[in-house]
Amino acid sequence: MLKKLVTGTLDWIDARIPMTETWNKHLAQYPTPVNFNFWYFFGSLAMLVLVNQILTGIWLTMHYNPSAALAFASVEYIMRDVPYGWLLRYMHSTGASAFFVVVYLHMFRGLIYGSYQKPRELIWIFGMLIFLVLMAEAFMGYLLPWGQMSFWGAQVIISLFGAIPIIGDDLTLWIRGDYVISGATLNRFFALHVIALPLALVALVFLHIVALHEVGSNNPDGIDIKVKKGTASAEAKGQFTFHKQYSGKKDIIDAIPFHPYFTVKDIMGVCGFLLVFCGVLFFMPEGGGYFLEAPNFEPANGLKTPSHIAPVWYYTPFYAILRAIPDKLIGVMFFGGSIVILFFLPWLDRCKVRSVRYRSWIHKANIAQFIICFIVLGVLGALPATPLLTMFAQVGTVGYFGFFIALWLYSKNEKTKPLPTRLTFK
Amino acid sequence: MKKLMIALLALLPTLLFASGNVHLDKANYDLTDKASLQSGAKLFMNYCAACHSTAHQRYQRVATDLGIPEELMVNNLMFTDSKIGELMKNNMDPAEGGKWFGVTPPDLTLEARLRGPDWIYTYLRSFYADPTRPFGVNNTVFPLVGMPHVLEELQGIPTAIYETTEHEGVEHKTIIGFESNGQGEMSSDEYDKAVLNLVNFLVYSGEPNKLERQALGFWVMGFLVILFILSYLLKKEYWRDIH
Repeated sequence: MLKKLVTGTLDWIDARIPMTETWNKHLAQYPTPVNFNFWYFFGSLAMLVLVNQILTGIWLTMHYNPSAALAFASVEYIMRDVPYGWLLRYMHSTGASAFFVVVYLHMFRGLIYGSYQKPRELIWIFGMLIFLVLMAEAFMGYLLPWGQMSFWGAQVIISLFGAIPIIGDDLTLWIRGDYVISGATLNRFFALHVIALPLALVALVFLHIVALHEVGSNNPDGIDIKVKKGTASAEAKGQFTFHKQYSGKKDIIDAIPFHPYFTVKDIMGVCGFLLVFCGVLFFMPEGGGYFLEAPNFEPANGLKTPSHIAPVWYYTPFYAILRAIPDKLIGVMFFGGSIVILFFLPWLDRCKVRSVRYRSWIHKANIAQFIICFIVLGVLGALPATPLLTMFAQVGTVGYFGFFIALWLYSKNEKTKPLPTRLTFK
Repeated sequence: MKKLMIALLALLPTLLFASGNVHLDKANYDLTDKASLQSGAKLFMNYCAACHSTAHQRYQRVATDLGIPEELMVNNLMFTDSKIGELMKNNMDPAEGGKWFGVTPPDLTLEARLRGPDWIYTYLRSFYADPTRPFGVNNTVFPLVGMPHVLEELQGIPTAIYETTEHEGVEHKTIIGFESNGQGEMSSDEYDKAVLNLVNFLVYSGEPNKLERQALGFWVMGFLVILFILSYLLKKEYWRDIH
């Protein structure tokens, strides 16, 4: 009786929208490489954090007041007078940092396993656009509490646009909506933060996944799991049936359906992630002064410059590059270039082998120096600039850009190791 | 006896005038100590609140959290005509305050999160007599501060003990400690204790939900540990037919 009702309802829906078809195509019969490791948790975690930001954001918006006179007080109102408002606010502020943690690790995964390479260039491009929008989203969100660091951080970043010749000053005026950062800036940043950029973010995430499912996931071995039809053995093809979209033209080897195998695995990843996330949220919501900065507990004051203005930790590598260059315009160009160059990664890497596992020692060393430079730049960007530290930042900048230049040079004729024909487990 | 008693009020080994480099004493506050919080609230309302508001906090919330009966709160700790449910503002006109002190006395609700408990604890114990200043006092933690030593009644006004060092032919005077003038109502230990209570109250004001947050955190973490184990077992069960 109940079963009849359920199947009846499903049939009714399926006759109208492709629900079961979509479920099978993207989850229950979606072929996923069997050897995904630790690094493959961060995509689903980024999705989780995005949902967290949107939901807590909606509830924060119900109590937040986007005006220069009341913004700061309304945040404290949320912290004190709104029931569990403190929890919503900390979930949102910790979530912002967590978003960048998981996104950076997700990008690192793509980097080491060559997930940006042909045919996944568009996945990488959409991912980079997500990263770019995320940076704008976080930057505008950071102005909203209207604290001292909100104000002066925004002041520093917006003034960078002033370095652009000819249109610079008009551009900064256009961004701020005023001659200084003011309530006008706060209001437009609020609008962009709660509507425009989240919409763009969700749309880009959708495209990121559409592009991913079209070509299929890469894996830690960087070899294809879709092989020429009729060439794979029954053992390689395994016990599962995949959607004809994938299995119609190709044989699929060493793959398992996303659901239930990776849904249960990702649930485990989510629990592990939440342990860390809630550890920060409940026991150190200020994140040692890096997630919520101490000067931001003082309301914005345009007449009082803080002694040390540092951007939030997730921007510091790029900020260090900006400061490493003595000339403002050239500094801004390097700052922008450090992000733009990432878009070109799929074409800068000319090697046919994807995964770092089968690439040359020089590639491994190059990735290692790149990660070290990125972290060192991140640390330096949070510290006040001294001549010695600026010199380190210059070395880091050379290492950062050197990664891409060296990659382009050696990847054409790189000495790689032989690839396996089947996925391996390490 | 008291007059003769010379106490070093603070052991500040390397007092430098540049803020940020000042040595700060550790404030061992305890948010679970209600008596300390109440005493801190009393000090705050009597000595600080006339100039400094805690305008993000409500009287009623303080009364509830600190276990102060509402009637006591209204009669003894509220010096404006506010209702108990209102925010803890004061009657000072910010512009006038700015005129009197050179700078408008800041709101202190979040002071402990802005500067840290150790800073407040050390600051309130680092006033010393300086006739060149408008209110006759200066402060080693906050040099040239516009604020008078409002707790003078309790501490007296300490005099600074200087150490003169010579460096490349130039004499440098450094403050190495303080000496009580014996005019305060409290002994040095009592005063430290009183300031600590005040700091405790300000830490509470900065984040009134701190204890609730941590208490809830333990339940959440416990729940997540169990959930993680279950999710691991679930994953293992499903993946048995894969490997």
